[in-house]
Amino acid sequence: MAYDNAAKAEVELPVAMLDTPTSVADWSIIFPVVIALMAGALLAMVRHSRGSQFGFSLISVMAIIAIEAELFYRVLVTGPVAMTMGNWLPPFGISFVADVLSVGFALASAVVTLLVLIYFRAEIVPRETRHGFYPLVMLLLAGVTGAFMTGDLFNLYVWFEVMLIASFGLLIIGGKKIQLDGAVKYGFLNFLATTFFLAGLGYLYGLLGTLNMADIALVAPAAEPAAMTAIAALFFLAFAMKAAAFPVNAWLPASYHTPDAAVSALFGGLLTKVGAYALLRVLIVLLPEQRDIFDPLITAIAIATLITAPLGAIAQTNLRRALGFLVIGGIGAILAGIAVPSVRGLAGGAFYAFHAILTMSAFYLVAGLVERVTQETDTRRMGGVYAYNSLISILFLVLVFAAAGLPPFLGFWPKLLLTEAALQDSDWWLAAAILINSILTTIAGTRLWAHIFWRNGREGKKSEIRNDRLRPLSGLENGYALGATLALVLLVVVIGLRPNLVFDSTRAAAGDLLQVENYIGAVGLESSSAGEQTTGVAR
Amino acid sequence: MKTIIFRTIAPALTAIMIVFSIFVLLRGHNEPGGGFIGGLIAASAIAIYGVAVGVSEVRKALKVDPISMAGFGVFIAAFAGLLSLGQSLPFLTGLWGYIPFGETEITVSTPMLFDIGVYFAVVGTIGAVALALEEDEDGN
Repeated sequence: MAYDNAAKAEVELPVAMLDTPTSVADWSIIFPVVIALMAGALLAMVRHSRGSQFGFSLISVMAIIAIEAELFYRVLVTGPVAMTMGNWLPPFGISFVADVLSVGFALASAVVTLLVLIYFRAEIVPRETRHGFYPLVMLLLAGVTGAFMTGDLFNLYVWFEVMLIASFGLLIIGGKKIQLDGAVKYGFLNFLATTFFLAGLGYLYGLLGTLNMADIALVAPAAEPAAMTAIAALFFLAFAMKAAAFPVNAWLPASYHTPDAAVSALFGGLLTKVGAYALLRVLIVLLPEQRDIFDPLITAIAIATLITAPLGAIAQTNLRRALGFLVIGGIGAILAGIAVPSVRGLAGGAFYAFHAILTMSAFYLVAGLVERVTQETDTRRMGGVYAYNSLISILFLVLVFAAAGLPPFLGFWPKLLLTEAALQDSDWWLAAAILINSILTTIAGTRLWAHIFWRNGREGKKSEIRNDRLRPLSGLENGYALGATLALVLLVVVIGLRPNLVFDSTRAAAGDLLQVENYIGAVGLESSSAGEQTTGVAR
Repeated sequence: MKTIIFRTIAPALTAIMIVFSIFVLLRGHNEPGGGFIGGLIAASAIAIYGVAVGVSEVRKALKVDPISMAGFGVFIAAFAGLLSLGQSLPFLTGLWGYIPFGETEITVSTPMLFDIGVYFAVVGTIGAVALALEEDEDGN
């Protein structure tokens, strides 16, 4: 043993370790995920106590928001920052990278989570608290934030799994038959997507010997193009399934309407956007040459998603199922950004994803309120809510316009950018599809509005007779549910009226996506190989 | 499984498996073993005891809810990663300490703490699954 000690003293630090100290400020990259994870773990321990869980989860999410807001401001000024776990040098250690895109999405997700937690206060069911609603929400947030922040492709897979487990739990927490049915479809198709992702990862590692995103971006151009194209195809299929792009989107409308409205809002806002984010990251940053090969395919899928989704929404009578189709339509718009990868197009795609996180969550929250007032889920049996609760009808209409992209609401700006980019790229069909999507979404949304709010009574013979099955919102619902919804819709409206910050930051995000050197430099790959050489010379 | 041989042997088997799981956990860093496999062994012990004496007995013997145990494990593991914050090192960096103990010395490290967290997370999760599967409608 004594001999061992002597040997220990003489061992040099291997060159695989970093030697620069990590400041506490750098830790803010990892803090959001760690806080969410630890808070989720603590909440799982005390899940039988009812009182403290709400307050504790609220404080944790607020802390996450504060840290991410600070981080967002920092990356906006200085460009991407990174931290590699365990003091290993970047290609070996798992990197977390914060750039404008990832932190911006993470911030929007945390804000939505905060409001959903408040909203859920109104529909609190003892059973769901006991079965771990709060820990699962924190776990979901940890998964989503981790997926946005990670700079390692295998780690991305891990966060996808964390997200999948948490969302699976949230989906079946109510224990209703319809929820189990939705969960089977949701779970099966998502597991399938994850399997494709994992297969792609295996091939990629076999080919390149690295999973660090910055490293992949460095070495991918030299790899064999045919094999890389196959890998990119696997990734594209996997993430398109996760993002619910046409035609692999059947799981979304089959499952998103089954849980509580608050959980639907969380899913509709966050989950598909992580798939879209992964598409942006992998196709634009890591494998741009393969994206160019797929360009016609991506364009076709974007067009098909943009047009079929709102048509599906028009055909639906179930309110939240219809919203599910509108979520898919948004994915089409983000894909349109990937199909025209100029700064403007990518900024439009990123802006649209940001808009969709806020707007679609708000939409589901309002739908929850409508379902509470009418006590129905089918729009055919709704009606007359306009006279009964005009505030909800205004919120709904605002969100219809925001989702369709009518000025001056939030959805208009990204669609403007996307249309401009498509026209610049002479992608006439894509530009037309974006505009047609707006029209169709308006039709779908206003049709829902007419059925729920405008018509006096239920569909059929009694449609002119006042609907007598409406019930007023309770004090709890007015305070928490309506309050949280109002806050989110106000956020959508205010950002829609003053979009400059989002414009600037999405443009910066698009710039970061296209200038991969910034990303690679932030992870410290090029500088580290240079550093290795200098230490070699010094020896 | 109410055979008398199994019911007699199960408590002893459970105890041995738990001790062995802790052994496997502690030798894990430089030799085969670790938190995950140790946790699986301990969870199997819980499952065997549940088959022998019934789920409600196991829950009584465990004192804490398995899910709480899993939460505790995740918390400990994340906490082990946070310890390197004070040393200006990145998250999850391993810190090592050597405590002299008579002739030899004891190694304490954050990777070990992390492994203990993994152990609890696995025991809790797999144990909860096993107990839920063994449980019949009225909780026995």
